[in-house]
Amino acid sequence: MSERPVLITRRSFLIGLNLSAGGLALGIFPAWSRADEPSGKSGKAPTTADAAEEAKAPGLNPNPFVHVGFDGLVTIVCARSEMGQGVRSSLPVLIADELGATLARVKVVQADGDAKYGDQNTDGSSSVRNFFDDLRRAGATARQMLVAAAAQRWNVQPDTCVAHDHVVEHRPTKRTLAFGELSAAAAKLPIPAEKSVTLRPRAELHHLGKELPFIDAAAYVTGKAAYGADVRVPEMLIAVIARPPAVGGKVLHYDPAPALAVPGVKRVIALPAPKAPYAFQAWGGVAVLAENTWAAMRGRAALKITWDAGENGTYDSDAYRRELAASLQKGGTRARNLGDVDAALAKAARVIDAEYYVPHLPQMPMEPPVAMAHVRGDRCEIWASTQNPQEARSTAAKLLGVPEERVTIHVTFLGGGFGRKSKADFVSEAVLLSKEARVPVRVQWTREDDVRHAYYNAVSTQRLRAGLDGRGKVVAWLHRTAFPPIGSTFAKVKGPTAEDLQQGVLDLALDVPNVRAEACAATAHVRIGWYRSVYNIFHAFAISSFMDEIAHARGQDPRDVLYELIGPPRTVSLADLGIGKLPNYGAPLATHPVDAGRLHGVVQRVTELARWNDRKREGRALGLAAHRSFLSYAACVASVVRDPERTVRVDEAWLVLDAGTIVNLDRVRAQLQGAIAMGISNALFGGVTMKKGATQESNFRDARIAGIRDVPRKLHVEIISSDGPPCGVGEPGVPPVAPAIANAIFALTGQRIRELPLLRALRV
Amino acid sequence: MTIRLRVNGVDRTVDADPEMPLLWALRDILGLTGTKYGCGQALCGACSVHLDGQVVRACVTPVRRAAGGAVTTIEGLSPDGNHPLQRAWMELGVPQCGFCQAGQLMTAAALLKAKPRPTDDEIDQSLAANLCRCGTYPRIRAAVRKAAGLPEK
Repeated sequence: MSERPVLITRRSFLIGLNLSAGGLALGIFPAWSRADEPSGKSGKAPTTADAAEEAKAPGLNPNPFVHVGFDGLVTIVCARSEMGQGVRSSLPVLIADELGATLARVKVVQADGDAKYGDQNTDGSSSVRNFFDDLRRAGATARQMLVAAAAQRWNVQPDTCVAHDHVVEHRPTKRTLAFGELSAAAAKLPIPAEKSVTLRPRAELHHLGKELPFIDAAAYVTGKAAYGADVRVPEMLIAVIARPPAVGGKVLHYDPAPALAVPGVKRVIALPAPKAPYAFQAWGGVAVLAENTWAAMRGRAALKITWDAGENGTYDSDAYRRELAASLQKGGTRARNLGDVDAALAKAARVIDAEYYVPHLPQMPMEPPVAMAHVRGDRCEIWASTQNPQEARSTAAKLLGVPEERVTIHVTFLGGGFGRKSKADFVSEAVLLSKEARVPVRVQWTREDDVRHAYYNAVSTQRLRAGLDGRGKVVAWLHRTAFPPIGSTFAKVKGPTAEDLQQGVLDLALDVPNVRAEACAATAHVRIGWYRSVYNIFHAFAISSFMDEIAHARGQDPRDVLYELIGPPRTVSLADLGIGKLPNYGAPLATHPVDAGRLHGVVQRVTELARWNDRKREGRALGLAAHRSFLSYAACVASVVRDPERTVRVDEAWLVLDAGTIVNLDRVRAQLQGAIAMGISNALFGGVTMKKGATQESNFRDARIAGIRDVPRKLHVEIISSDGPPCGVGEPGVPPVAPAIANAIFALTGQRIRELPLLRALRV
Repeated sequence: MTIRLRVNGVDRTVDADPEMPLLWALRDILGLTGTKYGCGQALCGACSVHLDGQVVRACVTPVRRAAGGAVTTIEGLSPDGNHPLQRAWMELGVPQCGFCQAGQLMTAAALLKAKPRPTDDEIDQSLAANLCRCGTYPRIRAAVRKAAGLPEK
């Protein structure tokens, strides 16, 4: 989790961001004429956020995020990548509200990758929770300068003036001056120090928590939104790469001739083999560069390559599952310890014991990874659908041995990210190939490449053991989890650290006197990476399934048992959790404690909405699960039915989220609806397998994701209204969905399925 | 080989391998990038376009099959983005990342042409092979109904 962002206040208007060849950049709130939407393909040469250009920009530029032109047009920079979460329709609105701007006169431009924006890694459900106050301050700074300019003009006190509706008004006389009339004078004033900038009261942020205009909707529905593969520049070649089946494999021998014989193929270039740790290095292999994508694909198919399987060439996911189970048997590093679990288990009247397994999950965004690089001498320009442009920029600079300032990276629209596009490996490929070919090279991943060479979510095996006393109360809780962590992608590690267990294990509120959690050894044989909700997926699956198992073992209602296990509404201290520290997704515990009350609250609300007792009485097969992740609390109820075609399907689902303050209600609702669909994919179909290091699945045929018929028509999402500090939104909806479905399947069939995907193990 | 076809009402010629999928002819040769590549095997529907009024998966349709035919892509669905489906899509905020939406819209447009008032089952069946990883399905259903003038659910 990244540090709190620091916004550098300096005058810099971002020339050129509004029309790159990447074309994402310009978005205008819908009141502005839709005809102004750029196609992104206008052919205008892209320019960069060059310091000399910035200094020349006319108007008020108090910081890198906001500019007020002489014509009153307010330009707001969105520094986070748009990948479907609606961030371009959200963060700029916060700035506009603080400023007092009219949205119809606000233009949003997409930032290039540059450290001056603070952290741009669009990951960890962090865009709102980490930037809420800083971005408001960016808008408030500009507002204060406009107000000061107006006060000077009228020779009145600034505190008698207010900014609203794109004007500054002198309250006593009702005189107004438009922002555009003030921007020149305001630009000459000193920029107020951070501590003298006052944020508006929440009530004055008129759009906060409302259904906001959806800035990119028109571009999306007309095909004008430009994604990575839509960037075209003269002389460019398209590259499709044949990669070794297992990471760390090498090219022993290849014959480029058959590929070069394909019309349109221009070059065949072997890429260097990466060395562990693989981080963001190119995977290696042989690239075919062609005039068009089809020729590059045909050229690749024609290549004859002999591979050296490399150090991961024997990886077998079935055998690995047994290894993980053996690791659990041995036990691991204590990450959480309260009381004496061993003694309590030894004395327990009854012990419940279960093992859970979740396979590697590929992200599979609808847009496979794409990056274009153009290396010219010691300069490099990149266009990529990246979640992390700064990382991509520094990766490119290191590869080329040039300072970062020589690398420009434009961020296009992302056709989904889900963590896959936080990694710069595909940018590395484009940079290496453009350097070698001396022309712009756009690397196009095929779907097969995407499924086989992802940075998979960690595969995991977990064992949970509960000791019950004579009355059935849980007095001991032991949770062992074994998975190769993401750290293995960047360094040699033996297994998860205590920190990795923050995702659902350490921050689980439990009203149990003896609790222990252990991180058990696991070595990675594939690249492990972030995937929407990350380790929370399997931790929530195991914990929420296990709680359901305890309830059924006691013959009690799962909701009652869930309430009993998490205990009464309260803030749970580190001591009560049995841990020394909690990374807490980078947030202080003072503002974002482990709050059993909020977890209780979402369970209560979701079961009210689902009419839990009534529907169960009516014979509906319902399952319940709740989980804290990314500082938010989410609970899901799923209903399943038998289906002649697909054995079982989810016919109704309810999902409730408590994420504190919400900026863009509609986009959050959309993401919760999406979280149910992704949760269904994870639960019913998810997972890839490996033999001899090679991923066996390759496309949507065998790596299935939910289609429209897999997602229930009756789907209900609700967001708890709150003015608390903002918490994560993009990910927290996902974790409770799969265990809710598993628990519902138990209610329907009596089968307890302890592994994903559920449908593979279900017997009908 | 030179292939003549009509794209969004305009006569075009494509000089390409006749086996080149229509998808790449549209994207790489004609510069119409609204149609997306998602799988290359007619599994995801991101590349859906109309060929002589029928939905085809452009990623597996050789460009020679479009010779002499009329192709409609998302760029040609309406003159200025005001097809009833596009309007409904915007009003209901259907897209998330947007990448699959051209294919969803083209498939839905063909459905409404054939069945102006589709049932829920017909909507689901016609869009069953148009995948969306963001999970916009509930809003897709609602927007198709809205564009068809069917009551809200």
